[in-house]
Amino acid sequence: MTWIGDNLGLIWEQLREHLYLAILPVILGLLISVPLGYVATRFSWLANPLIAFGGVLYSLPSIALFIVLPAILGTKVLSTVNIVVALTIYTVSLLIRNVIDGLRSVPAEVRQSAVAVGYGSLHRLVAIDLPIAVPVIFAGLRVVTVANISMVSVGAVIGIGGLGELFTLGFQKDFLTPVVVGVALSLLLALVADLILVGLQRVLTPWARVIHTPPVEVA
Amino acid sequence: MIEFEDVTKQYPDGTVAVDTLSLRIPSNEITVFVGPSGCGKTTSLRMINRTIERTSGRISIDGEDINSKDAVALRRGIGYVIQHAGLFPHKTVVDNIATVPKLLGWDKRRARTTAMELLERVGLDVKLAERYPAQLSGGQQQRVGVARALAADPPIMLMDEPFSAVDPIVRNQLQEELLRLQRDIGKTIVFVTHDIDEAIKLGDNVAILRVGGKLAQLAPPSELLANPVDDFVRDFVGRDRGYRALTFVHPDELPVKPLPAELVLDDAGAPVGWRTDHEVQPVNAVYKQGDSLRAALDAVLTSPNGWGVCIDANGRAVGIVDQVIVAEALRS
Repeated sequence: MTWIGDNLGLIWEQLREHLYLAILPVILGLLISVPLGYVATRFSWLANPLIAFGGVLYSLPSIALFIVLPAILGTKVLSTVNIVVALTIYTVSLLIRNVIDGLRSVPAEVRQSAVAVGYGSLHRLVAIDLPIAVPVIFAGLRVVTVANISMVSVGAVIGIGGLGELFTLGFQKDFLTPVVVGVALSLLLALVADLILVGLQRVLTPWARVIHTPPVEVA
Repeated sequence: MIEFEDVTKQYPDGTVAVDTLSLRIPSNEITVFVGPSGCGKTTSLRMINRTIERTSGRISIDGEDINSKDAVALRRGIGYVIQHAGLFPHKTVVDNIATVPKLLGWDKRRARTTAMELLERVGLDVKLAERYPAQLSGGQQQRVGVARALAADPPIMLMDEPFSAVDPIVRNQLQEELLRLQRDIGKTIVFVTHDIDEAIKLGDNVAILRVGGKLAQLAPPSELLANPVDDFVRDFVGRDRGYRALTFVHPDELPVKPLPAELVLDDAGAPVGWRTDHEVQPVNAVYKQGDSLRAALDAVLTSPNGWGVCIDANGRAVGIVDQVIVAEALRS
Protein backbone atom coordinates (compact mmCIF):
# COMPACT_ATOMS: atom_id res chain seq x y z
CA MET A 1 0.00 0.00 0.00
CA THR A 2 2.82 2.40 0.82
CA TRP A 3 4.15 1.71 -2.68
CA ILE A 4 0.95 3.05 -4.15
CA GLY A 5 1.09 6.14 -1.96
CA ASP A 6 4.69 6.78 -2.90
CA ASN A 7 4.14 6.27 -6.62
CA LEU A 8 0.84 8.04 -7.27
CA GLY A 9 2.57 10.38 -9.69
CA LEU A 10 3.99 7.49 -11.72
CA ILE A 11 0.68 5.59 -11.74
CA TRP A 12 -1.21 8.70 -12.86
CA GLU A 13 1.36 9.31 -15.60
CA GLN A 14 1.08 5.73 -16.90
CA LEU A 15 -2.70 5.83 -16.76
CA ARG A 16 -2.77 8.96 -18.88
CA GLU A 17 -0.31 7.49 -21.36
CA HIS A 18 -2.35 4.30 -21.50
CA LEU A 19 -5.53 6.19 -22.22
CA TYR A 20 -3.87 8.29 -24.90
CA LEU A 21 -2.25 5.27 -26.59
CA ALA A 22 -5.52 3.32 -26.61
CA ILE A 23 -8.04 6.01 -27.57
CA LEU A 24 -6.16 8.05 -30.18
CA PRO A 25 -5.98 4.98 -32.49
CA VAL A 26 -9.73 4.44 -32.06
CA ILE A 27 -10.41 7.98 -33.25
CA LEU A 28 -7.91 7.77 -36.12
CA GLY A 29 -9.19 4.33 -37.07
CA LEU A 30 -12.77 5.59 -37.18
CA LEU A 31 -11.75 8.54 -39.35
CA ILE A 32 -10.09 6.13 -41.78
CA SER A 33 -12.74 3.37 -41.70
CA VAL A 34 -15.74 5.56 -42.49
CA PRO A 35 -14.52 6.91 -45.86
CA LEU A 36 -13.03 3.50 -46.68
CA GLY A 37 -16.30 1.76 -45.85
CA TYR A 38 -18.24 4.32 -47.85
CA VAL A 39 -16.05 3.71 -50.90
CA ALA A 40 -16.56 -0.03 -50.40
CA THR A 41 -20.35 0.31 -50.45
CA ARG A 42 -20.23 2.43 -53.60
CA PHE A 43 -17.95 -0.05 -55.37
CA SER A 44 -19.36 -3.22 -53.90
CA TRP A 45 -16.69 -5.48 -55.40
CA LEU A 46 -14.26 -3.84 -52.97
CA ALA A 47 -16.18 -4.75 -49.82
CA ASN A 48 -15.36 -8.42 -49.39
CA PRO A 49 -11.64 -8.13 -50.25
CA LEU A 50 -11.39 -5.23 -47.78
CA ILE A 51 -13.05 -7.19 -45.01
CA ALA A 52 -10.82 -10.20 -45.73
CA PHE A 53 -7.71 -8.00 -45.77
CA GLY A 54 -8.81 -6.53 -42.43
CA GLY A 55 -9.02 -10.06 -41.03
CA VAL A 56 -5.47 -10.81 -42.16
CA LEU A 57 -4.13 -7.57 -40.69
CA TYR A 58 -5.80 -8.29 -37.37
CA SER A 59 -4.13 -11.68 -37.18
CA LEU A 60 -0.63 -10.10 -37.26
CA PRO A 61 0.96 -10.53 -33.81
CA SER A 62 1.09 -7.15 -32.08
CA ILE A 63 4.62 -7.69 -30.80
CA ALA A 64 5.88 -8.25 -34.34
CA LEU A 65 4.12 -5.10 -35.53
CA PHE A 66 5.55 -3.00 -32.68
CA ILE A 67 9.06 -4.16 -33.61
CA VAL A 68 8.77 -3.99 -37.41
CA LEU A 69 7.03 -0.60 -37.60
CA PRO A 70 10.05 1.58 -36.64
CA ALA A 71 11.94 0.12 -39.60
CA ILE A 72 9.04 0.85 -41.96
CA LEU A 73 8.11 4.26 -40.58
CA GLY A 74 11.65 5.40 -39.85
CA THR A 75 10.63 6.21 -36.26
CA LYS A 76 12.69 5.61 -33.13
CA VAL A 77 12.07 2.25 -31.45
CA LEU A 78 10.91 4.05 -28.32
CA SER A 79 8.52 6.39 -30.14
CA THR A 80 4.84 6.32 -29.14
CA VAL A 81 4.05 6.74 -32.85
CA ASN A 82 4.75 3.03 -33.33
CA ILE A 83 2.08 2.03 -30.84
CA VAL A 84 -0.43 4.52 -32.23
CA VAL A 85 0.12 3.35 -35.81
CA ALA A 86 -0.02 -0.33 -34.89
CA LEU A 87 -3.25 0.05 -32.92
CA THR A 88 -4.75 2.23 -35.66
CA ILE A 89 -4.11 -0.61 -38.09
CA TYR A 90 -5.90 -3.02 -35.76
CA THR A 91 -8.76 -0.59 -35.29
CA VAL A 92 -9.27 -0.16 -39.02
CA SER A 93 -8.99 -3.89 -39.65
CA LEU A 94 -11.83 -4.57 -37.19
CA LEU A 95 -13.93 -1.49 -37.75
CA ILE A 96 -14.03 -1.66 -41.54
CA ARG A 97 -16.37 -4.65 -41.32
CA ASN A 98 -18.76 -2.83 -38.99
CA VAL A 99 -18.77 0.30 -41.11
CA ILE A 100 -19.56 -1.71 -44.25
CA ASP A 101 -22.20 -3.81 -42.46
CA GLY A 102 -23.64 -0.68 -40.88
CA LEU A 103 -23.96 1.16 -44.17
CA ARG A 104 -25.47 -1.97 -45.70
CA SER A 105 -28.02 -2.10 -42.87
CA VAL A 106 -29.78 0.95 -44.31
CA PRO A 107 -33.02 -0.49 -45.73
CA ALA A 108 -33.27 -0.34 -49.53
CA GLU A 109 -36.51 1.69 -49.43
CA VAL A 110 -34.91 4.24 -47.09
CA ARG A 111 -31.96 4.69 -49.42
CA GLN A 112 -34.29 4.86 -52.41
CA SER A 113 -36.47 7.53 -50.85
CA ALA A 114 -33.41 9.50 -49.70
CA VAL A 115 -32.25 9.66 -53.31
CA ALA A 116 -35.73 10.46 -54.58
CA VAL A 117 -36.38 13.37 -52.21
CA GLY A 118 -33.16 14.95 -53.42
CA TYR A 119 -30.21 14.16 -51.16
CA GLY A 120 -26.87 14.38 -52.96
CA SER A 121 -24.62 11.38 -52.28
CA LEU A 122 -22.31 12.90 -49.63
CA HIS A 123 -25.19 14.65 -47.92
CA ARG A 124 -27.03 11.34 -47.81
CA LEU A 125 -24.03 9.63 -46.19
CA VAL A 126 -23.88 12.20 -43.39
CA ALA A 127 -27.60 12.81 -42.84
CA ILE A 128 -29.12 9.39 -43.49
CA ASP A 129 -26.71 6.45 -43.89
CA LEU A 130 -24.24 7.09 -41.06
CA PRO A 131 -26.86 7.89 -38.39
CA ILE A 132 -28.70 4.68 -39.28
CA ALA A 133 -25.40 2.76 -39.19
CA VAL A 134 -24.52 4.04 -35.70
CA PRO A 135 -25.68 0.95 -33.74
CA VAL A 136 -23.63 -1.42 -35.93
CA ILE A 137 -20.57 0.87 -35.99
CA PHE A 138 -20.74 1.33 -32.22
CA ALA A 139 -20.80 -2.43 -31.68
CA GLY A 140 -17.40 -2.47 -33.43
CA LEU A 141 -16.14 0.61 -31.60
CA ARG A 142 -16.81 -1.02 -28.23
CA VAL A 143 -14.87 -4.13 -29.22
CA VAL A 144 -11.84 -2.23 -30.57
CA THR A 145 -11.75 0.18 -27.66
CA VAL A 146 -11.56 -2.61 -25.10
CA ALA A 147 -9.12 -4.57 -27.29
CA ASN A 148 -6.87 -1.52 -27.65
CA ILE A 149 -6.86 -0.88 -23.92
CA SER A 150 -5.66 -4.40 -23.32
CA MET A 151 -3.18 -4.33 -26.21
CA VAL A 152 -1.39 -1.14 -25.12
CA SER A 153 0.18 -3.12 -22.25
CA VAL A 154 1.99 -5.33 -24.76
CA GLY A 155 3.94 -2.25 -25.77
CA ALA A 156 5.68 -2.44 -22.40
CA VAL A 157 7.88 -5.13 -23.92
CA ILE A 158 9.42 -2.48 -26.16
CA GLY A 159 9.38 0.11 -23.44
CA ILE A 160 6.18 2.11 -24.02
CA GLY A 161 3.09 0.57 -22.62
CA GLY A 162 1.18 2.80 -20.26
CA LEU A 163 -0.03 0.67 -17.38
CA GLY A 164 1.87 -2.27 -18.93
CA GLU A 165 5.05 -0.68 -17.67
CA LEU A 166 3.82 -1.30 -14.15
CA PHE A 167 3.86 -5.02 -15.02
CA THR A 168 7.48 -4.81 -16.18
CA LEU A 169 8.36 -2.94 -13.03
CA GLY A 170 6.70 -5.52 -10.82
CA PHE A 171 8.31 -8.48 -12.58
CA GLN A 172 11.76 -6.91 -12.52
CA LYS A 173 11.57 -6.24 -8.78
CA ASP A 174 9.65 -9.47 -8.08
CA PHE A 175 7.04 -7.31 -6.37
CA LEU A 176 3.33 -7.91 -6.88
CA THR A 177 1.72 -4.56 -5.99
CA PRO A 178 2.48 -2.68 -9.28
CA VAL A 179 1.19 -5.66 -11.26
CA VAL A 180 -2.07 -5.73 -9.33
CA VAL A 181 -2.46 -1.97 -9.68
CA GLY A 182 -1.79 -2.22 -13.43
CA VAL A 183 -4.31 -4.99 -13.96
CA ALA A 184 -6.97 -3.28 -11.84
CA LEU A 185 -6.58 0.07 -13.59
CA SER A 186 -6.61 -1.56 -17.05
CA LEU A 187 -9.87 -3.29 -16.21
CA LEU A 188 -11.34 -0.11 -14.76
CA LEU A 189 -10.28 1.86 -17.83
CA ALA A 190 -11.88 -0.68 -20.15
CA LEU A 191 -15.08 -0.67 -18.13
CA VAL A 192 -15.35 3.12 -18.00
CA ALA A 193 -14.55 3.50 -21.70
CA ASP A 194 -17.22 0.95 -22.58
CA LEU A 195 -19.79 2.69 -20.39
CA ILE A 196 -19.01 6.02 -22.03
CA LEU A 197 -19.50 4.47 -25.48
CA VAL A 198 -22.80 2.91 -24.43
CA GLY A 199 -23.95 6.28 -23.13
CA LEU A 200 -22.81 8.06 -26.27
CA GLN A 201 -24.68 5.56 -28.42
CA ARG A 202 -27.86 6.09 -26.43
CA VAL A 203 -27.59 9.82 -26.94
CA LEU A 204 -26.95 9.41 -30.67
CA THR A 205 -29.75 6.91 -31.30
CA PRO A 206 -32.88 7.86 -29.37
CA TRP A 207 -34.85 6.31 -32.24
CA ALA A 208 -33.33 2.86 -31.78
CA ARG A 209 -34.76 2.32 -28.32
CA VAL A 210 -38.28 3.63 -28.74
CA ILE A 211 -40.86 1.52 -27.06
CA HIS A 212 -42.84 -0.22 -29.73
CA THR A 213 -46.22 0.93 -28.55
CA PRO A 214 -48.89 -1.12 -30.29
CA PRO A 215 -49.86 1.16 -33.16
CA VAL A 216 -53.50 2.11 -33.38
CA GLU A 217 -55.05 2.23 -36.82
CA VAL A 218 -57.13 5.38 -37.09
CA ALA A 219 -59.59 6.03 -39.83
CA MET B 1 -48.13 17.65 -68.62
CA ILE B 2 -45.48 14.94 -68.54
CA GLU B 3 -44.64 13.56 -71.94
CA PHE B 4 -42.79 10.36 -72.87
CA GLU B 5 -41.48 10.26 -76.44
CA ASP B 6 -40.04 6.94 -77.67
CA VAL B 7 -38.54 6.27 -74.24
CA THR B 8 -36.51 3.08 -73.95
CA LYS B 9 -34.69 1.60 -70.99
CA GLN B 10 -32.27 -1.18 -71.76
CA TYR B 11 -30.05 -2.64 -69.04
CA PRO B 12 -26.39 -3.55 -69.69
CA ASP B 13 -27.32 -7.26 -69.79
CA GLY B 14 -29.61 -6.55 -72.73
CA THR B 15 -32.95 -6.71 -70.89
CA VAL B 16 -35.38 -4.18 -72.27
CA ALA B 17 -37.52 -2.91 -69.39
CA VAL B 18 -39.30 -0.18 -71.32
CA ASP B 19 -39.63 -0.22 -75.09
CA THR B 20 -40.19 2.98 -77.13
CA LEU B 21 -42.87 4.19 -74.75
CA SER B 22 -44.77 7.27 -75.86
CA LEU B 23 -47.56 8.72 -73.77
CA ARG B 24 -48.89 11.93 -72.28
CA ILE B 25 -49.71 12.33 -68.62
CA PRO B 26 -52.17 15.20 -68.22
CA SER B 27 -51.67 17.75 -65.45
CA ASN B 28 -53.78 17.84 -62.28
CA GLU B 29 -55.09 14.31 -62.77
CA ILE B 30 -54.21 10.84 -61.51
CA THR B 31 -52.64 8.64 -64.16
CA VAL B 32 -52.12 5.01 -63.16
CA PHE B 33 -49.50 2.72 -64.70
CA VAL B 34 -50.70 -0.84 -64.31
CA GLY B 35 -49.58 -4.17 -65.68
CA PRO B 36 -48.15 -7.57 -64.79
CA SER B 37 -44.69 -7.78 -63.20
CA GLY B 38 -41.97 -7.14 -65.74
CA CYS B 39 -44.04 -4.61 -67.68
CA GLY B 40 -41.70 -1.75 -66.77
CA LYS B 41 -44.27 0.30 -64.85
CA THR B 42 -41.96 1.11 -61.92
CA THR B 43 -39.03 1.71 -64.27
CA SER B 44 -41.16 4.15 -66.25
CA LEU B 45 -42.16 5.97 -63.07
CA ARG B 46 -38.62 6.21 -61.78
CA MET B 47 -37.34 7.58 -65.05
CA ILE B 48 -39.48 10.67 -64.39
CA ASN B 49 -37.38 11.75 -61.39
CA ARG B 50 -34.25 10.23 -62.91
CA THR B 51 -33.66 7.73 -60.14
CA ILE B 52 -33.40 5.49 -63.20
CA GLU B 53 -31.84 7.06 -66.28
CA ARG B 54 -33.42 6.20 -69.61
CA THR B 55 -31.33 4.77 -72.47
CA SER B 56 -32.96 6.76 -75.23
CA GLY B 57 -35.97 8.92 -76.01
CA ARG B 58 -37.17 12.09 -74.33
CA ILE B 59 -39.15 12.83 -71.19
CA SER B 60 -40.39 16.36 -70.66
CA ILE B 61 -42.36 18.16 -67.98
CA ASP B 62 -44.43 21.05 -69.36
CA GLY B 63 -42.30 20.95 -72.48
CA GLU B 64 -38.98 21.12 -70.67
CA ASP B 65 -36.60 18.16 -71.00
CA ILE B 66 -36.00 16.64 -67.54
CA ASN B 67 -32.29 16.42 -68.35
CA SER B 68 -32.06 20.19 -68.73
CA LYS B 69 -31.54 20.57 -65.01
CA ASP B 70 -29.58 18.89 -62.26
CA ALA B 71 -31.10 15.57 -61.11
CA VAL B 72 -31.03 16.51 -57.42
CA ALA B 73 -32.87 19.80 -58.10
CA LEU B 74 -35.39 17.96 -60.29
CA ARG B 75 -36.12 15.45 -57.50
CA ARG B 76 -36.72 18.13 -54.88
CA GLY B 77 -39.50 19.42 -57.11
CA ILE B 78 -41.24 16.05 -57.44
CA GLY B 79 -42.97 14.28 -54.56
CA TYR B 80 -42.24 10.58 -54.17
CA VAL B 81 -44.06 7.88 -52.20
CA ILE B 82 -43.06 4.21 -52.17
CA GLN B 83 -44.18 0.89 -50.76
CA HIS B 84 -43.39 0.63 -47.01
CA ALA B 85 -43.15 4.46 -47.10
CA GLY B 86 -39.34 4.44 -46.83
CA LEU B 87 -39.43 6.85 -43.89
CA PHE B 88 -36.12 7.78 -42.27
CA PRO B 89 -36.11 5.64 -39.10
CA HIS B 90 -33.84 8.01 -37.17
CA LYS B 91 -35.99 11.09 -37.71
CA THR B 92 -39.24 11.94 -35.97
CA VAL B 93 -42.47 12.09 -37.94
CA VAL B 94 -42.39 15.88 -38.18
CA ASP B 95 -38.74 15.88 -39.27
CA ASN B 96 -39.49 13.25 -41.89
CA ILE B 97 -42.24 15.41 -43.33
CA ALA B 98 -40.04 18.52 -43.25
CA THR B 99 -37.23 16.80 -45.19
CA VAL B 100 -37.64 18.49 -48.56
CA PRO B 101 -38.41 21.98 -47.19
CA LYS B 102 -35.18 21.72 -45.17
CA LEU B 103 -33.23 20.54 -48.21
CA LEU B 104 -34.60 23.55 -50.05
CA GLY B 105 -33.30 25.81 -47.29
CA TRP B 106 -36.58 26.97 -45.75
CA ASP B 107 -36.17 28.38 -42.28
CA LYS B 108 -36.80 25.86 -39.53
CA ARG B 109 -39.99 27.34 -38.18
CA ARG B 110 -41.67 27.53 -41.57
CA ALA B 111 -40.63 23.95 -42.38
CA ARG B 112 -42.03 22.74 -39.11
CA THR B 113 -45.30 24.65 -39.37
CA THR B 114 -45.84 23.29 -42.86
CA ALA B 115 -45.07 19.77 -41.65
CA MET B 116 -47.59 20.04 -38.81
CA GLU B 117 -50.27 21.27 -41.19
CA LEU B 118 -49.63 18.35 -43.53
CA LEU B 119 -49.77 15.88 -40.67
CA GLU B 120 -53.35 16.96 -40.04
CA ARG B 121 -54.13 17.12 -43.70
CA VAL B 122 -53.32 13.43 -44.21
CA GLY B 123 -55.56 12.56 -41.29
CA LEU B 124 -53.03 12.00 -38.51
CA ASP B 125 -53.16 13.27 -34.94
CA VAL B 126 -50.59 16.02 -34.29
CA LYS B 127 -49.67 14.10 -31.15
CA LEU B 128 -47.78 11.70 -33.43
CA ALA B 129 -45.38 14.47 -34.54
CA GLU B 130 -42.56 13.59 -32.17
CA ARG B 131 -42.84 9.82 -32.61
CA TYR B 132 -40.41 7.76 -34.64
CA PRO B 133 -41.60 5.76 -37.67
CA ALA B 134 -41.15 2.45 -35.81
CA GLN B 135 -43.89 3.57 -33.42
CA LEU B 136 -46.47 3.93 -36.19
CA SER B 137 -48.65 1.35 -37.92
CA GLY B 138 -48.11 0.59 -41.60
CA GLY B 139 -51.08 2.73 -42.58
CA GLN B 140 -49.90 5.67 -40.47
CA GLN B 141 -46.39 5.40 -41.94
CA GLN B 142 -47.84 5.51 -45.42
CA ARG B 143 -49.79 8.68 -44.56
CA VAL B 144 -46.56 10.26 -43.29
CA GLY B 145 -44.98 9.19 -46.60
CA VAL B 146 -47.67 11.07 -48.50
CA ALA B 147 -47.25 14.12 -46.25
CA ARG B 148 -43.49 14.07 -46.83
CA ALA B 149 -44.04 13.96 -50.59
CA LEU B 150 -46.36 16.97 -50.41
CA ALA B 151 -44.35 19.09 -47.97
CA ALA B 152 -42.72 21.43 -50.49
CA ASP B 153 -45.95 21.58 -52.51
CA PRO B 154 -44.52 20.03 -55.69
CA PRO B 155 -46.79 20.06 -58.75
CA ILE B 156 -46.05 16.39 -59.43
CA MET B 157 -46.27 13.39 -57.13
CA LEU B 158 -44.97 9.92 -58.04
CA MET B 159 -46.45 6.99 -56.13
CA ASP B 160 -44.88 3.54 -56.52
CA GLU B 161 -47.25 0.84 -55.22
CA PRO B 162 -47.75 2.93 -52.08
CA PHE B 163 -50.66 0.96 -50.65
CA SER B 164 -49.78 -2.61 -51.58
CA ALA B 165 -48.15 -3.53 -48.27
CA VAL B 166 -51.06 -2.63 -45.99
CA ASP B 167 -54.10 -4.74 -45.22
CA PRO B 168 -57.20 -4.40 -47.44
CA ILE B 169 -59.27 -2.35 -45.01
CA VAL B 170 -56.53 0.21 -44.44
CA ARG B 171 -55.73 0.20 -48.15
CA ASN B 172 -59.31 1.10 -48.89
CA GLN B 173 -59.17 4.00 -46.41
CA LEU B 174 -55.91 5.25 -47.87
CA GLN B 175 -57.34 5.11 -51.39
CA GLU B 176 -60.44 7.05 -50.35
CA GLU B 177 -58.31 9.65 -48.64
CA LEU B 178 -56.00 10.02 -51.60
CA LEU B 179 -59.04 10.78 -53.75
CA ARG B 180 -60.35 13.26 -51.18
CA LEU B 181 -56.92 14.91 -50.90
CA GLN B 182 -56.58 15.07 -54.66
CA ARG B 183 -59.89 16.95 -54.93
CA ASP B 184 -58.28 19.69 -52.81
CA ILE B 185 -54.77 19.75 -54.16
CA GLY B 186 -55.16 18.77 -57.83
CA LYS B 187 -51.62 17.46 -58.28
CA THR B 188 -50.32 15.67 -61.33
CA ILE B 189 -50.10 12.20 -59.84
CA VAL B 190 -48.46 9.20 -61.48
CA PHE B 191 -49.43 6.06 -59.60
CA VAL B 192 -48.01 2.57 -60.13
CA THR B 193 -49.88 -0.57 -59.12
CA HIS B 194 -50.25 -4.19 -60.20
CA ASP B 195 -53.85 -4.18 -59.00
CA ILE B 196 -56.33 -3.38 -61.77
CA ASP B 197 -59.10 -2.67 -59.25
CA GLU B 198 -56.94 -0.04 -57.57
CA ALA B 199 -56.11 1.41 -61.00
CA ILE B 200 -59.76 1.68 -61.94
CA LYS B 201 -60.73 3.15 -58.60
CA LEU B 202 -58.05 5.84 -58.48
CA GLY B 203 -57.17 6.65 -62.05
CA ASP B 204 -58.55 9.48 -64.15
CA ASN B 205 -56.50 7.72 -66.80
CA VAL B 206 -55.09 4.21 -66.75
CA ALA B 207 -52.10 3.10 -68.81
CA ILE B 208 -51.96 -0.66 -69.18
CA LEU B 209 -48.45 -1.89 -69.95
CA ARG B 210 -47.54 -5.33 -71.23
CA VAL B 211 -44.46 -7.39 -70.38
CA GLY B 212 -41.43 -5.97 -72.17
CA GLY B 213 -42.43 -2.39 -71.49
CA LYS B 214 -44.92 -1.67 -74.26
CA LEU B 215 -48.02 0.45 -73.83
CA ALA B 216 -51.15 -1.59 -74.50
CA GLN B 217 -53.81 1.06 -73.88
CA LEU B 218 -54.13 4.43 -72.19
CA ALA B 219 -57.67 5.53 -71.48
CA PRO B 220 -60.07 6.59 -68.73
CA PRO B 221 -61.21 3.51 -66.75
CA SER B 222 -64.76 3.50 -68.13
CA GLU B 223 -63.38 3.49 -71.68
CA LEU B 224 -60.93 0.70 -70.79
CA LEU B 225 -63.73 -1.49 -69.46
CA ALA B 226 -66.11 -0.73 -72.31
CA ASN B 227 -63.67 -0.87 -75.23
CA PRO B 228 -60.51 -2.84 -74.52
CA VAL B 229 -58.25 -2.58 -77.58
CA ASP B 230 -57.13 -6.21 -77.63
CA ASP B 231 -57.22 -9.58 -75.87
CA PHE B 232 -54.38 -8.67 -73.53
CA VAL B 233 -56.25 -5.66 -72.15
CA ARG B 234 -59.53 -7.62 -72.10
CA ASP B 235 -57.89 -10.39 -70.05
CA PHE B 236 -56.11 -7.96 -67.80
CA VAL B 237 -59.17 -5.95 -66.86
CA GLY B 238 -60.80 -9.28 -66.08
CA ARG B 239 -63.78 -11.42 -66.87
CA ASP B 240 -66.20 -9.47 -64.73
CA ARG B 241 -65.39 -6.19 -66.42
CA GLY B 242 -69.08 -5.77 -67.28
CA TYR B 243 -69.88 -5.86 -63.59
CA ARG B 244 -66.98 -3.51 -62.78
CA ALA B 245 -68.13 -1.11 -65.46
CA LEU B 246 -71.24 -0.56 -63.32
CA THR B 247 -68.96 1.50 -61.05
CA PHE B 248 -69.26 4.23 -63.66
CA VAL B 249 -73.05 4.00 -64.05
CA HIS B 250 -74.81 6.41 -61.73
CA PRO B 251 -78.55 6.09 -62.11
CA ASP B 252 -79.95 9.54 -61.42
CA GLU B 253 -82.63 8.29 -59.13
CA LEU B 254 -83.05 4.62 -58.46
CA PRO B 255 -86.71 4.20 -57.44
CA VAL B 256 -86.88 2.82 -53.91
CA LYS B 257 -89.62 0.93 -52.13
CA PRO B 258 -90.79 2.05 -48.70
CA LEU B 259 -89.08 0.52 -45.67
CA PRO B 260 -90.66 -2.84 -44.76
CA ALA B 261 -91.61 -3.64 -41.18
CA GLU B 262 -88.92 -6.33 -40.90
CA LEU B 263 -86.16 -3.72 -41.09
CA VAL B 264 -84.88 -2.84 -37.61
CA LEU B 265 -83.70 0.75 -37.22
CA ASP B 266 -81.83 2.40 -34.39
CA ASP B 267 -82.91 5.67 -32.76
CA ALA B 268 -81.16 7.72 -35.42
CA GLY B 269 -82.92 5.84 -38.21
CA ALA B 270 -79.86 3.88 -39.35
CA PRO B 271 -80.50 0.29 -40.49
CA VAL B 272 -79.46 -2.35 -37.95
CA GLY B 273 -80.79 -5.67 -39.17
CA TRP B 274 -83.58 -7.79 -40.58
CA ARG B 275 -86.03 -9.34 -38.12
CA THR B 276 -86.86 -12.99 -38.76
CA ASP B 277 -88.86 -15.44 -36.62
CA HIS B 278 -85.97 -16.20 -34.30
CA GLU B 279 -83.33 -13.53 -34.64
CA VAL B 280 -82.18 -10.27 -36.17
CA GLN B 281 -79.86 -10.82 -39.13
CA PRO B 282 -77.33 -8.07 -39.77
CA VAL B 283 -77.76 -5.76 -42.74
CA ASN B 284 -74.62 -6.69 -44.64
CA ALA B 285 -74.43 -3.97 -47.20
CA VAL B 286 -76.07 -0.64 -47.77
CA TYR B 287 -75.62 1.90 -50.52
CA LYS B 288 -75.80 5.65 -50.38
CA GLN B 289 -78.14 7.74 -52.48
CA GLY B 290 -76.18 8.77 -55.55
CA ASP B 291 -73.81 5.77 -55.39
CA SER B 292 -73.01 3.78 -58.51
CA LEU B 293 -75.21 0.99 -59.79
CA ARG B 294 -72.45 -1.38 -58.73
CA ALA B 295 -72.93 -0.38 -55.09
CA ALA B 296 -76.69 -0.86 -55.35
CA LEU B 297 -76.33 -4.26 -57.00
CA ASP B 298 -73.76 -5.26 -54.42
CA ALA B 299 -76.13 -4.31 -51.60
CA VAL B 300 -78.82 -6.50 -53.13
CA LEU B 301 -76.51 -9.45 -53.72
CA THR B 302 -75.04 -9.48 -50.20
CA SER B 303 -78.29 -8.89 -48.36
CA PRO B 304 -79.60 -11.94 -46.47
CA ASN B 305 -83.07 -11.52 -48.00
CA GLY B 306 -82.35 -9.89 -51.35
CA TRP B 307 -83.32 -6.40 -50.28
CA GLY B 308 -80.62 -3.74 -50.44
CA VAL B 309 -81.02 -0.81 -48.08
CA CYS B 310 -80.60 2.70 -49.40
CA ILE B 311 -79.32 5.29 -46.92
CA ASP B 312 -79.04 9.06 -47.16
CA ALA B 313 -75.98 11.19 -46.47
CA ASN B 314 -76.71 11.04 -42.73
CA GLY B 315 -76.84 7.25 -42.67
CA ARG B 316 -80.64 7.08 -42.25
CA ALA B 317 -82.48 4.37 -44.14
CA VAL B 318 -84.72 5.89 -46.80
CA GLY B 319 -85.90 2.87 -48.75
CA ILE B 320 -85.02 -0.50 -50.20
CA VAL B 321 -84.24 -1.86 -53.65
CA ASP B 322 -84.55 -5.42 -54.97
CA GLN B 323 -83.28 -7.33 -58.01
CA VAL B 324 -86.16 -6.13 -60.15
CA ILE B 325 -85.39 -2.47 -59.57
CA VAL B 326 -81.67 -2.95 -60.27
CA ALA B 327 -82.35 -5.07 -63.34
CA GLU B 328 -84.70 -2.38 -64.60
CA ALA B 329 -81.98 0.23 -64.22
CA LEU B 330 -79.51 -2.07 -66.01
CA ARG B 331 -81.82 -2.43 -68.98
CA SER B 332 -82.14 1.30 -69.52
